Amino acid sequence: MGHIRLTGVKKCFGDVMVIPPLDLEIEDGEFVVFVGPSGCGKSTLLRLIAGLEDVTEGVVEIDGIEATSLPPAKRRLAMVFQSYALYPHMSVRKNIAFPMKMARIPQDEQERRITDAARVLNLTDYLDRRPGQLSGGQRQRVAIGRAIVREPSAFLFDEPLSNLDAALRVGMRLEISELHKRLATTMVYVTHDQVEAMTMADQIVVLHAGRIEQVGSPLELYREPSNLFVAGFIGSPKMNLIAGPVAAKYNAHTIGIRPEHIDVSANSGLWSGTIGVSEHLGSDTFFRVNIHGLDEPLTVRTDGEIGLRYGDTIHLTPNPDHLHRFDAQAARLA
Amino acid sequence: MISPAVVLLLGWMLVPLSLTIYFSFLRYNLITPGANPFVGWENYYWFLTDPSFKAAMANTFMLVGGVLLITVAGGILFALLLDQPMWGQGIVRIMAIAPFFVMPTVSGLVWKNMFMNPVNGIFGHIAYGLGVQPIDFFSQIPLLSIILIVSWQWLPFATLILLTALQSLDQEQLEAAEMDGAGSMSRFIYIMLPHLARAITVVILIQTIFLLSIFAEILVTTNGGPGVSTTNLTYLIYVSSLLQFDVGIGSAGGVIAIILANIVAFFLMRMIGKNLDA
Ligand SMILES: Nc1ncnc2c1ncn2[C@@H]1O[C@H](COP(=O)(O)OP(=O)(O)OP(=O)(O)O)[C@@H](O)[C@H]1O
Ligand SMILES: [Mg+2]
Repeated sequence: MGHIRLTGVKKCFGDVMVIPPLDLEIEDGEFVVFVGPSGCGKSTLLRLIAGLEDVTEGVVEIDGIEATSLPPAKRRLAMVFQSYALYPHMSVRKNIAFPMKMARIPQDEQERRITDAARVLNLTDYLDRRPGQLSGGQRQRVAIGRAIVREPSAFLFDEPLSNLDAALRVGMRLEISELHKRLATTMVYVTHDQVEAMTMADQIVVLHAGRIEQVGSPLELYREPSNLFVAGFIGSPKMNLIAGPVAAKYNAHTIGIRPEHIDVSANSGLWSGTIGVSEHLGSDTFFRVNIHGLDEPLTVRTDGEIGLRYGDTIHLTPNPDHLHRFDAQAARLA
Repeated sequence: MISPAVVLLLGWMLVPLSLTIYFSFLRYNLITPGANPFVGWENYYWFLTDPSFKAAMANTFMLVGGVLLITVAGGILFALLLDQPMWGQGIVRIMAIAPFFVMPTVSGLVWKNMFMNPVNGIFGHIAYGLGVQPIDFFSQIPLLSIILIVSWQWLPFATLILLTALQSLDQEQLEAAEMDGAGSMSRFIYIMLPHLARAITVVILIQTIFLLSIFAEILVTTNGGPGVSTTNLTYLIYVSSLLQFDVGIGSAGGVIAIILANIVAFFLMRMIGKNLDA
């Protein structure tokens, strides 16, 4: 169980409309990631699902039951907060036990679930410590432990990894993905890190100023962004977006081409320019190329060893199969 | 090498303290001038075996305990109320703090004459209005009346400290508890109270130190009476040394009060130490 449906959900804080009416359906067992720039309403949307904020208009359904005015405790959802929100005066064991204590689950069943969760999350040795005596990653695991023992119908994560360092983040990312595979419970995950979104999600929901720009699998968003915003947001480095006469040749207001979909040649090509800044990552090299007749430099990817340097002339040809065209309203042209 | 400031401070403390200890071993009554012979523990003996002493000790503890109970419980309640968003929050908060700035003598007199007086007081009028016999506070429930007056004075202090503590509670913890299925009562017991524990100990510690030496409120309302029913240790010392002019016995009482205060402080510090470590 863990099917969530939002219909015409709208949220205003005072006069400010943070989320214009939107519809969204989250299937049972899916890993859904909300992604978008800071302040676009990701947390607000998650909190609306959790019941921590009241919807201004619209209907929230969980497992087919109208939950719009249900208090958070009755929605059978578990949330993991960015700040972990552990209870500082309780031991790890008591923290994990707290939701079960509130649900009046028998003591031996509590013990069993705590032991299980601690084993899965590598917390067995830390059960009697206070949260203040744990590292960031361990605290995060306690927060997850507290969520899983309730056996909720869905998990809600609000940027759970943003307080961790880069290496730990990669590790925890894998752990959460594995947890999802094992539990097969719906997870809704908020992040503004698109690498997290691409690697973890079954479905990505791209939000922009409270609106849903596109919903789709990571590859769908990568291959067929439905508008300019998604095109520019998904993918790293960003897609090159070119407007003006160059785009007009393709019967579009704007064209987009990803750095990895441009062929590079020293002698001939469609566009020519000079190499600006280059970034060598070992496996790949990214060049910023100043094209004659274009205001913005283009980013292109080449193999690691190419032997071109700053100031060299270079010829570029976009791969027509991977060229994206957008109209004046920023929508994708077929 | 001791810095001059420390020398000054030590002198400031030590001179009165040693004089008090010195006097407490002399027969020294201002009514019978003459020689002030050294009498050993006699003054202590008389002070401790005086029947008023036991009563004064009991009253002191009832007074301190009663006021602590009311101010801590009331302070938590007020802090919770003032923490709610409401109209005119700023004004209400200032008003709630106001009693703290009223001098003890003044508040004692105001309560005595304007509230608790059975003929002229507001409570008396209310009782008449309801057609019941008004309570004569200071003769029927003298100690409780004093406790109420002092509580009224200290409630703002407790409220203020607890309110600041409450506002420092991480909102996400409360939300997490809410998601975890904790109702408002459980959230209060399991999240808010433990968070407030430290502030509560601070309130108890500071108030106890001041409440052990309450004097003005008793002087202007009951004069320690009826009988000795509102005489606390401080007041008993005052009676011995300034009403009975017995400097020796008064000093002995003073030394006992100091020892008592130190014992209390010792236990409070241990309690607070445990709480602050966690
Ligand atoms: N309680 C509130 N009162 C008024 N405005 C709010 C409130 N909470 C959020 N907002 C506003 O709603 C908008 C969306 O906020 P939200 O926290 O959902 O953003 P977000 O997408 O989670 O951003 P971030 O990635 O920085 O966490 C912001 O413009 C914010 O200022
Ligand atoms: Mg957020």
